[in-house]
Amino acid sequence: MCFTKLKAALRWLTAFALSAASSSALADYTLNMPKGATDISGEVYGLHMLLFWVCVGIGIVVFSAMIVSIILHRRSRNPEPAKWHHNTTVEVIWTTIPFIILIVVAIPAARTLIKMEDFRQSDISIKVTGIQWKWKYDYLLHDENGQERGFGFYSTLDAESNRIRQTRSGLDPWSKENYLLEVDNPLVVPVGKKVRLLLTAADVIHAWWVPEFAVKKDAIPGYINEIWFRVTKPGIYRGQCAELCGRDHAFMPIVVHAVPEEEYEAWVREQQEKAGVLASADGEAAAAEPQEWNMEYAMRQGEKVYTQMCASCHMATGEGLAAAGYPALKGSAIATGDLAAHLDIVLHGKPNTAMMAFGGLMSDEDIAAVVTYERNAWGNDTGDLVEPSDIAAAR
Amino acid sequence: MAHAQHDKYYVPHDSHWPIVGSVGLLVTALGVSNWLNGGSISKFVFFAGLAIMAYMIIGWFRNVIQESEAGYYNEKVGGSFRWGMIWFIFSEVMFFGAFFGALFYARQYSIPWLSGEGNNFFTNILLWTGFEGSWPTAGPAEIGGEFEPMEALGLPMWNTLILLTSGMTLTVAHHALLEGRRTMVNLGLAATVALGFLFVCLQAYEYVHAYTEMNLTMGSGIYGSTFYMLTGFHGVHVTVGAIMLTVILGRTLSGHFTTDNHFGFEAVAWYWHFVDVVWLGLYLFVYWL
Amino acid sequence: MSTTAEAIHGHDHHHAPLTGWRRWVFTTNHKDIGTMYLLFSLTMFIIGGAFAMIIRLELFQPGMQFVQPDFFNQMTTMHALLMVFGAVMPAWVGFANWMIPLQIGAPDMALPRMNNWSFWILPAAFTVLLSTLFFDSGAPASGWTMYPPLMLQTGDAFPFAIFAVHMMGISSIMGAINVIATVLNMRAPGMSLLKMPMFAWTWLITAYLLIAVMPVLAGAVTMLLTDRFFGTTFFTAAGGGDPVLYQHVFWFFGHPEVYIMILPAFGIVSEVIPTFARKKLFGYHAMVYATAAIAFLSFIVWAHHMFTVGMPFSGEVFFMFTTMLISVPTGVKVFNWIATMWKGSMTFETPMLFALAFVFLFTIGGFSGLMLAIAPADFQYHDTYFVVAHFHYVLVPGAVFALMAATYYWLPKWTGNMYSEKLGRIHFWWSAISVNLLFFPQHFLGLAGMPRRIPDYSTQFADFNMWSSIGGFAFGLAQLFFIYVIWHTYRGGVGKATAQVWEGAHGLEFRVPSPAPHHTWDEPPVIREDDQDVHS
Ligand code: HEA
Ligand code: HEA
Ligand code: HEC
Ligand code: CUA
Ligand SMILES: [Cu+2]
Repeated sequence: MCFTKLKAALRWLTAFALSAASSSALADYTLNMPKGATDISGEVYGLHMLLFWVCVGIGIVVFSAMIVSIILHRRSRNPEPAKWHHNTTVEVIWTTIPFIILIVVAIPAARTLIKMEDFRQSDISIKVTGIQWKWKYDYLLHDENGQERGFGFYSTLDAESNRIRQTRSGLDPWSKENYLLEVDNPLVVPVGKKVRLLLTAADVIHAWWVPEFAVKKDAIPGYINEIWFRVTKPGIYRGQCAELCGRDHAFMPIVVHAVPEEEYEAWVREQQEKAGVLASADGEAAAAEPQEWNMEYAMRQGEKVYTQMCASCHMATGEGLAAAGYPALKGSAIATGDLAAHLDIVLHGKPNTAMMAFGGLMSDEDIAAVVTYERNAWGNDTGDLVEPSDIAAAR
Repeated sequence: MAHAQHDKYYVPHDSHWPIVGSVGLLVTALGVSNWLNGGSISKFVFFAGLAIMAYMIIGWFRNVIQESEAGYYNEKVGGSFRWGMIWFIFSEVMFFGAFFGALFYARQYSIPWLSGEGNNFFTNILLWTGFEGSWPTAGPAEIGGEFEPMEALGLPMWNTLILLTSGMTLTVAHHALLEGRRTMVNLGLAATVALGFLFVCLQAYEYVHAYTEMNLTMGSGIYGSTFYMLTGFHGVHVTVGAIMLTVILGRTLSGHFTTDNHFGFEAVAWYWHFVDVVWLGLYLFVYWL
Repeated sequence: MSTTAEAIHGHDHHHAPLTGWRRWVFTTNHKDIGTMYLLFSLTMFIIGGAFAMIIRLELFQPGMQFVQPDFFNQMTTMHALLMVFGAVMPAWVGFANWMIPLQIGAPDMALPRMNNWSFWILPAAFTVLLSTLFFDSGAPASGWTMYPPLMLQTGDAFPFAIFAVHMMGISSIMGAINVIATVLNMRAPGMSLLKMPMFAWTWLITAYLLIAVMPVLAGAVTMLLTDRFFGTTFFTAAGGGDPVLYQHVFWFFGHPEVYIMILPAFGIVSEVIPTFARKKLFGYHAMVYATAAIAFLSFIVWAHHMFTVGMPFSGEVFFMFTTMLISVPTGVKVFNWIATMWKGSMTFETPMLFALAFVFLFTIGGFSGLMLAIAPADFQYHDTYFVVAHFHYVLVPGAVFALMAATYYWLPKWTGNMYSEKLGRIHFWWSAISVNLLFFPQHFLGLAGMPRRIPDYSTQFADFNMWSSIGGFAFGLAQLFFIYVIWHTYRGGVGKATAQVWEGAHGLEFRVPSPAPHHTWDEPPVIREDDQDVHS
């Protein structure tokens, strides 16, 4: 740890020297708001700069008056203070002028706001759900016949960053490019299309923010908020959750790949195939190849789901984090006891705790797998194999 | 008993009541918090705290009453008490304002939004399919199950009449006090106290009825939440007001207060009228509209 | 102690104060209570500051070196709660207690026993709050704003935090009622409202704000309590409630709350600058009206903290415009201060230095506030370090510097000793430089995209965070030095202070000896039309 600190200090010194010389060696090194990658973000940047210069202007006037006064009207220079303490004319002037300045900046601000609030004619809608501590993206797609052809996936902090960020991991954050700003499954959107996000949350309030799109809005459980953006340049854009959402609020980044339209179409097709929602000959969505449900498969699948959905609280080892209020599942009374109670807490959660109702978030199959996993991993060894049909019945 | 009024502002000397009150609050807060967390003996800590608070209130007011009767409070002191009471009542108004605000917000914003009105149809389509909010409602998930909403006519109307009448009897008592008709004061006050407690009893009956027969509970979604929060806090205020009126009645019976010096009476009267006005707001917005 | 007999017989002559702890616990004397408030506030400032040091330590470089994320969130939450409700607000009540009776010629506060109670509730409230740090599940960790549903996930600390807030509210309301009753009822004959010192004026309006909004906060946290324990659904969509409802109620309190912390600061600066410029406050009436205008506007701007919650367009525009308007009366204040300095005959003792730094740095904080008010731009700034920079500029070199100006200004009046000007200046420059190092880089962090309330960050934010932390440690040490300066003065300082203390000082508090006797203005002072000691 001491070494990382030393290294950090060195790096900081060089960085400082470099930034002073405004070198390009630190491309992502920035003092100001990004101009961004959408028309709106450019406008917002413009507003920001307008306000900035207005403040600088007023600041110069106000502070120079002060400094002049401090220099000239000190006792050594001006032993006799003036006697006046009132002047209606100047008071009216310095009430009116700021007022006029405000009106001048309010107009473009309101104009931009109107544009931001225009949700008409979007090309793609994606439902975004904030979950402690990951994002779920559901593409709401339909084919020409109005058949649903959507798919969805979770997007979580990448494993490498996750390892480094553990307290006293001793690992060097600089060893990972885009530390804390990388995910396993990025959101993919086409360039030039109006993408509308429908934001909601499963547990607490999160906020979806990508600085380069100048969109930030809260994802509120039980409500849908809308935002939209139209990316002009292909590229990878990064952001973070921007509303305190508990322990790992710092660790639920957002990554958006903006790609040319053909690439996007191809990606969508691939995802649809994976999800098994593509139309078959008779127009019905073809179900994915049915898997034989056995212990081995359920455990394999269960571990995957567990790592993605549950490990952030109950830990990969199943030992939980007692200090933060996350119970161990290893040897836990519920995970080794009555199956009904186990299913109940996973499906319906427990109110007023971080244990949310996963019933609405996961398929029968995933829940069956993860419960099977929990009942047999880490020496829980109950030998129970939970079937997807059990879940359907327990819902 | 009353001395001549003093011309100096009366600054009381050291008093142990405030620190008793602080300890009482501390014990109460620790007790109730532990109790809510499921602690088993903390219930008793909580009640001990309440007992300390009661001891403090009784002792402190006894002190004040004695000083008042001994004639230490000149007009200036009375002025401080008046301002104090006025602003205290203002703070109470704002406290109720928070819950009225919640009620209006739920009815004007959240329910229409959940029902997908205006631009918010996605909330309805994706999350709460088929929910058509109309007041009263327990929300899209019907939290607490189906319930029967409170009627405006019937008992609540009687309660309105009772409270309004109590306001009148109190004013009668006040006028009688100003004119020095002591019997009338006592009668008016007694009637007010009786009406006040009658109101509380009827309100309690209404609650029991709602819980047992209408399935209307605190957990009946936003309707139950706002209904019980508003009427509940109001009920607590009526109870406190009625107790204070009882104390005032005790004082008039023992000959306290003069035609031009009866701030204790006035303060409680103001409080009572405030409680009255809050009820009118409640009746209008909670029961009626 | 108040056996009734004693209370009734002992009122005509003054008792000598009780001795030992009983003096402080049972007192009804506004000066004793003021002193206790100030010492309590200093204690909370140190504890809250220590929490801030933990925050800055963890943020010193990327990676998690010292604490767990939960603990970090607890520190952020407790830091803010202690600083806001434990340090700044009680400090202002302390000043009000000490100075307002002196300034308006009153023998004491209007309701002295209640005054004692307002104070002694605070230690109880913070005992309840701080005790949660020792719980297994830790202290509250959902930010000082306590938004549901996250707040509802708090462990055992939950009811403790709620009831602690209730107690702080009770204390503030009673304190404010006392100030209002004192100012409205206890002024010496001839001290009309428009002759009062600005500090009394700003506090009168602050007290009004307090009484108007503390009960609303109590309502908000009460709804949290019932949602958690009694099955109500104020903040749950499934039951027809809305988490955003909480935010509206909270910020209806929260925005006036920030003016509660700054208006008395305006008052202090309006006393200090005329004293050291040896010139009357410019535009006294405008100052009074501007204060009232700020207070009025503060009730209709609250949702500027919630631009990103998904308000309708009309709401966003309304709150954007009203928020921007606050700059106008605030500007009037800034301009008036400068006009007061203009053609004055200034000297730069420590209180004046802090007051001038206040005008500079508060204005910078106000500018960033104005930028935040622009709703479309706030979508970028919101919940980033840009906001953290904004509010620390108005709170630390704003409110806290004004507290320091006031302390140096009146310390001689309290202790009877003159502080060392040399030590005072060291404290000033040390603080003024480090506070900018601490908070200025946070603007850049926010603009570059660093969210607030995070214990770890991407490497691109490393440099400015390190700067900020270094500034933070330096600023923290400067405050230890401050405590030393106070101690030094208390123990004798550099000699006795005169009653007048400052050459250019006006005001009734400078008519009484230094240190101010235990009881003052038993006989109200005489105020004539042309009296130099009051405004006219
Ligand atoms: C003492 C405390 C204090 C004060 C005085 C202010 C003053 C102001 N604040 Fe600040 N604010 C806070 C404390 C304070 N604030 C806190 C604690 C938060 C965060 C809470 C949280 O989320 O935890 C916050 C957050 C906050 C936000 C929300 C940001 C977000 O979360 O996204 C906004 C948005 O509008 C805002 C605006 C303003 C404005 C416009 C002023 C104005 O009053 C400023 C007016 C002053 C000037 C403008 C300078 C002087 C004027 C002139 C020299 C005249 C000429 C000037 C012009 C015409 C430009 N503040
Ligand atoms: C009046 C209010 C006030 C004051 C005075 C301060 C003072 C300080 N604040 Fe505070 N702060 C808030 C109100 C205030 N803050 C609020 C409302 C929030 C938002 C919380 C939220 O998000 O919910 C916040 C959040 C906040 C954050 C963001 C945390 C996050 O988002 O996770 C940071 C980070 O740097 C910070 C730092 C500091 C520092 C370094 C000081 C310094 O000025 C403190 C200096 C004082 C001392 C240090 C004490 C004296 C000295 C000692 C104890 C000796 C020990 C010293 C050393 C070892 C050097 N504050
Ligand atoms: C955001 C944090 C979080 C996540 C993610 C999470 N849990 Fe939990 N879980 C909790 C908490 C907190 C509790 C304790 C609730 C209580 O107080 O009883 C809990 C309790 C449980 C219990 C009961 C344990 C016992 O013995 O009391 C089970 C079983 C469980 N969770 C399973 C899961 C499964 C399966 C998943 C993933 C699909 C999951 N959890 C994801 C926080 C979480
Ligand atoms: Cu999700 Cu912060
Ligand atoms: Cu605000």
